[in-house]
Amino acid sequence: MPDLEDLYREIILDHYRNPRNRGELDTPPATRAEGFNPLCGDEVIIYVQVADGVIEDIKFGGQGCSISQASSSMMSAAVKGRSVEELQQLNHAFRSMMSIEPDPDDPASTNGNSADVKLGDLEALKGVVKFPVRIKCATLSWHTLTQAIEEAQATS
Amino acid sequence: MALDPGTIRDDFPIMCRQVHGRRLVYLDSAATSHKPRPVIDAVTDYYERFNSNVHRGSYQLAVEATEALEEARRKVANFIGASRDSEIIFAKNATEAINLVARTWGRANLGPGDPVVITELEHHANIVPWHMLTAELGIELRWIPIRSDGHLDLTDLDRLLDGARLLSVAAVSNVLGTINPIRQLADAAHEAGALMMVDASQYTPHLPTDVAEMGADFVAFTGHKMCGPTGIGVLWAKSELLEEMPPFLGGGEMILNVTKEGFSTAAVPWKFEAGTPPIAEAVGLGAAVDYLSGLGMEQVREHEVALTGYALRTLNQRYGDDITIHGPTEPAERGGVLSFEYKGIHPHDVAQVLDRSGVCVRAGHHCAKTLMRVLGCSATSRASMYVYNDESDVDALADALADADVFFIE
Repeated sequence: MPDLEDLYREIILDHYRNPRNRGELDTPPATRAEGFNPLCGDEVIIYVQVADGVIEDIKFGGQGCSISQASSSMMSAAVKGRSVEELQQLNHAFRSMMSIEPDPDDPASTNGNSADVKLGDLEALKGVVKFPVRIKCATLSWHTLTQAIEEAQATS
Repeated sequence: MALDPGTIRDDFPIMCRQVHGRRLVYLDSAATSHKPRPVIDAVTDYYERFNSNVHRGSYQLAVEATEALEEARRKVANFIGASRDSEIIFAKNATEAINLVARTWGRANLGPGDPVVITELEHHANIVPWHMLTAELGIELRWIPIRSDGHLDLTDLDRLLDGARLLSVAAVSNVLGTINPIRQLADAAHEAGALMMVDASQYTPHLPTDVAEMGADFVAFTGHKMCGPTGIGVLWAKSELLEEMPPFLGGGEMILNVTKEGFSTAAVPWKFEAGTPPIAEAVGLGAAVDYLSGLGMEQVREHEVALTGYALRTLNQRYGDDITIHGPTEPAERGGVLSFEYKGIHPHDVAQVLDRSGVCVRAGHHCAKTLMRVLGCSATSRASMYVYNDESDVDALADALADADVFFIE
């Protein structure tokens, strides 16, 4: 069995105990998306404010396990201030780290070369791959952010 | 005589395996039970000796397969006190059995504004089919609330049943373990002119089932939670209802005659069993019923009450205020399903840590999101017990729980 220490890395537990960017934003100008993991009931709510192609602010809410909460927190810290294009590259790189095949119907998942992208703290979530059931906990916030961004782009 | 889980374990081949180098401590029988050797052998035997399609061939194998399927129906009928074998409809699982009632009886008898009453502690299988009829027919769905002690709040029962056409209730909650007062509810439903359906998925595997004593009109349960194979469930209904109900799926097996203009249906129960049925699975369920009857359902229940009492005492004594166990506190009022929260640690994380010690519990909403909202949480950890569990399994759970502190309690 893989070590639980690979899953529950200190940096993950730190984001779980002290989440960054937890809260809400006014909609509008922000857009809001909800994500559910139907298997376990985890819920993530993402608020994102995009202006001129840049993620100016992001907050998250909802409830879930340490992995889903920490992943939301780490994602919010990683994408705040980045362009939507950079986000797509990060998202792609994160999904490859999670061993998720690119979706041919989703250009965002096949754009960019993930090898060039620095994941930084997000690398800590790599251990989740050894616990396949938990991969969805880690990717839920990214799916939800993608929805929120699409919403923002549709309304801008 | 009391059950001896040590001996019973020997009947279950899977109990020999290890998980992460540890003994298997299986506490998820509310999700699915393990299968004893006689059930596995019955399924294998079917395929090895008389596999063929039923109700068709005139050759010896087909005769034997048909007889085996109908013998399984007889066994199930006896097990639940059905007055006729033909009152047993084989379905895929309890979900399909409930959907069968919604799609056939419901569509034929319900219209806009007709009330169907369920409870806040139902499994999604007894919620979503009615939501679908709300969308399709405009029926009105009413909810019996639960109290904080895990029992149904029947204060407003008469008002909720006023004008109702159907009351559909789980006999035992798959989250709280609550045993609901089915006879009382059935009598109240009938007095109000409604029919009574019982989701017995968590009841029939654990308590002696007598459909006449329940006073129900429909009873649904599934084979895989009672030592049987997956892919086989049961709907029991009163003959007069089954005779009146339109068929469910259309196809082979369920017809008497088919012409270019239309079809006529086969007799009950085959009217509701379109296509080749799950023959091997039904044979396996028959063997499961024999196995449980051999143990004695009274003894199965006695063992569950004793072990549930031990689990409640052990976990409460050891963890006090650090653990919240939902549902009734009296073992006699509940099944062996313990949903709990530990030190505010998310159930997924609790279950992950327990897995390292070979302890299998379920984490999540247990297909009961409406109940989770009432409980004010999004998920619980759930340990559920069966005939092969004993006090050592409860002790293993209690020991492994403390390991979660290492990661989540600063």
